[in-house]
Amino acid sequence: MIDGFIAIYIFMLAAFTGYEVISRVPVILHTPLMSGSNFVHGIVLVGAMYALFHASSTLEQVIGFIGVVLAAGNAVGGYVVTERMLEMFKSSGQKKPAGGHHS
Amino acid sequence: MNLLTPEIARWIVDAAYILVAFLFISGLKKMSSPVSARGGIVWAGFGMIIATLVTFIAPFSEHALPTQLATNFGLVIIAIVVGGSLAWWSGRRVAMTDMPQMIALYNGMGGGAAAAIAAVELYAGNAHGVVFSTLAVVGALIGAVSFSGSGIAFAKLQGLIKRSFRFRGQQVFNLALLVSVAIIGIALISGFHATPAAVTAFFAVALVLGITMTVPIGGADMPVVISLYNALTGLAVAFEGLVLQNPAMIIAGTVVGSAGTLLTQLMAKAMNRSLGNVLFAGFGESSSAASGPVTGSQKPIEASDAGVMMAFGQKVIIVPGYGLAVAQAQHKVWELAQLLQSRGVTVKFAIHPVAGRMPGHMNVLLAEAGVPYDLIADLEEINAEFETADVALIIGANDVVNPVSRTDKGSPIYGMPILNADKANNVIVIKRGQGQGFSGIENGLFYLDNTRMLYGDAQGAVNQLIQAVKSVG
Repeated sequence: MIDGFIAIYIFMLAAFTGYEVISRVPVILHTPLMSGSNFVHGIVLVGAMYALFHASSTLEQVIGFIGVVLAAGNAVGGYVVTERMLEMFKSSGQKKPAGGHHS
Repeated sequence: MNLLTPEIARWIVDAAYILVAFLFISGLKKMSSPVSARGGIVWAGFGMIIATLVTFIAPFSEHALPTQLATNFGLVIIAIVVGGSLAWWSGRRVAMTDMPQMIALYNGMGGGAAAAIAAVELYAGNAHGVVFSTLAVVGALIGAVSFSGSGIAFAKLQGLIKRSFRFRGQQVFNLALLVSVAIIGIALISGFHATPAAVTAFFAVALVLGITMTVPIGGADMPVVISLYNALTGLAVAFEGLVLQNPAMIIAGTVVGSAGTLLTQLMAKAMNRSLGNVLFAGFGESSSAASGPVTGSQKPIEASDAGVMMAFGQKVIIVPGYGLAVAQAQHKVWELAQLLQSRGVTVKFAIHPVAGRMPGHMNVLLAEAGVPYDLIADLEEINAEFETADVALIIGANDVVNPVSRTDKGSPIYGMPILNADKANNVIVIKRGQGQGFSGIENGLFYLDNTRMLYGDAQGAVNQLIQAVKSVG
């Protein structure tokens, strides 16, 4: 259990952390980073699971079920597309992936 | 069950969430450099797996187990499999050009999930006290708006909705919706009318508000809106995390909320738009396509001549725009660049922040073709270099190289930082025809004395250039 003020402390420190972590990101990574942060809020899955575990009526179960489906979609989809994008970033020193085949 | 006492279960969950928070934050940190970015998403991925697994233990940390736990366990597993596999399937096969709308879609799902959590809490009457019910209601509003708004953003970018719907008094209408959702929300918080019907009405109005807020916004501004909804979803998750007293949700949601807000500001700035302008005014409404003081004529060039010009140059800077991606010509351009490199020509790619459909999108598309990221320079890095370039090759880009933005105060793109391609010794523009950019503005660059137009679609024209360079021998 988190006491009220402790929660506010966490909230404030996390807000600064998010701002600082991103502040020096180069433009070339904006799209993957947006996708990556989109993945991170997929943590909503944890809350949706909690809500469905505690559902006691059919209505709550239905809404909770939809919530978990959506949250799982957010987490898994966010991961897959971010990973696909970042996988492609290579520097000149690294082995080049398939693409520009020619002599 | 003897081993897993509520105390031990609680301890495992709490300890795991600390690890999860660490993995998320350091993952995001790694994602802010191209060298370590790939590792960053993997770290965050591990965090998500740990968080999910440990949450299955969480119900046992309570002294009284939830009443329908066995059934709900099954439902949770089915829901994760259904949602996860659909997202996996769609995420694997989406084309890189369609990435922005896919991010919008997944983001909307997160917002919807946050709203669903709030809905369960509100229908069940679990959110006790003014503080908790306020957090639940505000989180629900933000989540629901993000859900339906992101859905519209997806539909627009996917081409399912082709026009921007605007009508007289639209902003008054939206304001009325906002006021009514606030009134219902306050009624729910005060517990005065916290009936299931009121909860339903609250969500209905919130969902409609997300739709009516997003439909008038033009496709070009959509990336900023998606980024905003991304930040909002993070905030909604944090609020629901406060309601559920779940530190992992509070930390991850807040970090995304603030990081997303910063990212939204950066994007809006790169597009020379303020956030308020994006949300409350359609593009080009204030000044309708002012015809700038453009004189002269467009001078065509043959691919063979252009090829010779580049093959014997010292430095070539390629400026790719979205037209390149639409024509799927990234691979061909990289082939051309490699061909020039093998002749000793220095080749660089200059990317404007808004090239592609959102900032950084063009980098992804070039990376897909195998272009190393150290050959790709952004606006501040490259602008001084155009003066020393023999050729600036513009492919499918228009507004981002339009010098009118420096001089014409009446132009909608006045003040937008541009790539100084006009400063290069020679400019070659590959373009379909004599049309205008998305903003409908004449491009002064096309009429300069040192500019030559190579008409054709990007794929075909670049192919001709490759042949031309090859035949130079």
